[in-house]
Amino acid sequence: MNTFLRIAAWFGASIVVVTILESILKSLKNYQIMGSDIITDYGLSIIGLIGVSISLAVSLQLINGYTGQFSLGHAGFMAIGGYVSAFISKTFLTGQASGKGFIATLFIYIIALIAGAIASAIAGLIVGIPSLRLKGDYLAIVTLGFGEIIRLVIETLDVVGGPRGYIGIPKFPVWKWLSVGGFEGTFSSLSWIFLFAILTIIIIHNIVNSSFGRSLIAIRENEIAAEAMGIDTAFYKVSAFTISAALAGFAGGLYAHLYAQLVPSTFNFVKSVEIIIMIVFGGMGSITGAVLGAVVLTGLPEWLRIMAGLRADWMPNWLATGFSYLPDLRMIIYSSLLIITMLVRPQGILGGYEFSLSRILGKSKKNQAPATSKEEKKS
Amino acid sequence: MEFLQQLMQQLINGIVQGSIYALIALGYTMVYGVLRLINFAHGDVFMVGAYAGFYTAAVFSISQPSIGALILVMTSSMIAAALLGTIIERFAYRPVRKFSRLTSLITAIGVSLLLEYSAQFFFGATPKSFPTVLKVQTITLFNNITISNDSILIIVVSIFLMIVLNLIVFKTKLGKAMRAVSFNLDVAKLMGINTDFIISFTFALGSALAAAAGVLYSIHFIKIDPLMGLLTGLKAFVAAVLGGIGNITGAVLGGLLLGIAETMVSGYISSSYKDVFAFMILIVILLVKPAGLLGSATQEKV
Repeated sequence: MNTFLRIAAWFGASIVVVTILESILKSLKNYQIMGSDIITDYGLSIIGLIGVSISLAVSLQLINGYTGQFSLGHAGFMAIGGYVSAFISKTFLTGQASGKGFIATLFIYIIALIAGAIASAIAGLIVGIPSLRLKGDYLAIVTLGFGEIIRLVIETLDVVGGPRGYIGIPKFPVWKWLSVGGFEGTFSSLSWIFLFAILTIIIIHNIVNSSFGRSLIAIRENEIAAEAMGIDTAFYKVSAFTISAALAGFAGGLYAHLYAQLVPSTFNFVKSVEIIIMIVFGGMGSITGAVLGAVVLTGLPEWLRIMAGLRADWMPNWLATGFSYLPDLRMIIYSSLLIITMLVRPQGILGGYEFSLSRILGKSKKNQAPATSKEEKKS
Repeated sequence: MEFLQQLMQQLINGIVQGSIYALIALGYTMVYGVLRLINFAHGDVFMVGAYAGFYTAAVFSISQPSIGALILVMTSSMIAAALLGTIIERFAYRPVRKFSRLTSLITAIGVSLLLEYSAQFFFGATPKSFPTVLKVQTITLFNNITISNDSILIIVVSIFLMIVLNLIVFKTKLGKAMRAVSFNLDVAKLMGINTDFIISFTFALGSALAAAAGVLYSIHFIKIDPLMGLLTGLKAFVAAVLGGIGNITGAVLGGLLLGIAETMVSGYISSSYKDVFAFMILIVILLVKPAGLLGSATQEKV
């Protein structure tokens, strides 16, 4: 089948699935099991955040996992996309400009998100250029510097609220397509976010399994050899940065409209490290690993909170007390997890493994991306 | 005259700030020298040093400023940090040394976060005020230029520690072994040097200097909090890169230059741009002269 048609079919199916899932989740809000809510608004926002994290982690995988460069400034790209798109949508959709028709609103949203992605891509291009001269930890430190500069500059901009944060960003428009009794079919924030997460996965998967992606992997495996084979390493490295930044910028826009506010300190060095932890934990050079890392680690505070609530009768006192501290220990567990992963399994939980439907169904698939490199030689 | 006087004042403030950066940068540069590792956790060792000083003062219930109290607080926090540095090296960095450099870098980031958030959990996230171990007085030099005695203390202690470090590195057998390890780890091992011990010793030395910087910083700025090492540590790293990472003189020079540049920017432009400026310096230096001011360029082998 034609690749383009296949992608279009996948994407069309995703729209339907995502919308139905969102509608079901939102409808569940009205029901309770044994006196407690199945899902709350807070729970829904966490699910949204997981979707954003999936896009961020999968897009970072292109630079860190496949091209073998080390970027520590992903939160900066996310911030640019978030602020640019929020600024556009706030300008054209709130205050005097409010009260537009649904189609116009939708159009402005898409324009705003794309503008955010473009702004991020430009930043990615600027950050990508140093990657031509620098390698390894030096590159990491320069991307870190760029990320911090982006955040510090945003803090000095009064137009977007400065250090206090940017508030009053419009939320996603709600499109109701069905209303039967207690069930309401809607297409809103969660659908937008997960649709984009799926789109990111499709884009990265197709890039990796194309000749373009093979060049990136060649650069990761051995840059000098890749250059000797005629690969324009400069072009490919900068492209990887630009594409990855554009996707992160789009995800940042979705994040801004999910929470309706942005605070510059969210986008600090720690946020970039959180995204790195997701892909390192899940497995460098594996899209499945990035998704796994994003789901497990973004949801971690919630898993911990649930565990803290589990205080069974058989537990000795000290264990029950320990459990009640779990939510406060979130970041300690995060960082310990990172260190332990590095000590016992430096390639991450999944290593270079990819989930594949056709393999499970027994069909052979020829063009699998090669697994991650064996540990590179110590220099 | 007005202008010159202001310039001199900024210069003094810059040297004070720069001495602290220089002390931290020395730890970065020494560790990079022996292991080729950016020790991200170093800034947090600086923070732990400040807290160790704080708790020493609390345990010995120091309330009156005195020279004895100052020395006690300083030495105990240096010992605590040296211990912490060796523990980090032994349990986090040594096991991953056989893997790639990126693995070590990620481990270092993990250790840094672990220290920060453990400190938040155990010491509390709210800032604490450091006890007065020194009675602060302002001394007027010529032309109404003032300097406080804690600033003088920072400069004097920094110079003293740098001289001690210089003696250790260039005049002792241990220092000779350190230089050998940083020149080539494998060959040093073949020459019968106990490289594991030398690396541990380097971490201890660097951490002790960071702790001294932590105590000096706390005496000067009073407020301490678990995240104080994050930005200060990063900027000290910028200083190390500026001077040429792996080069001890370079770290001191880079620290002083960065401190002076920063106070000039906040004095003459705006204090909200001083951090931006520090990172700009980093990027420009890495792009124009990746080896730093005093570093020597290395050729890539094919």
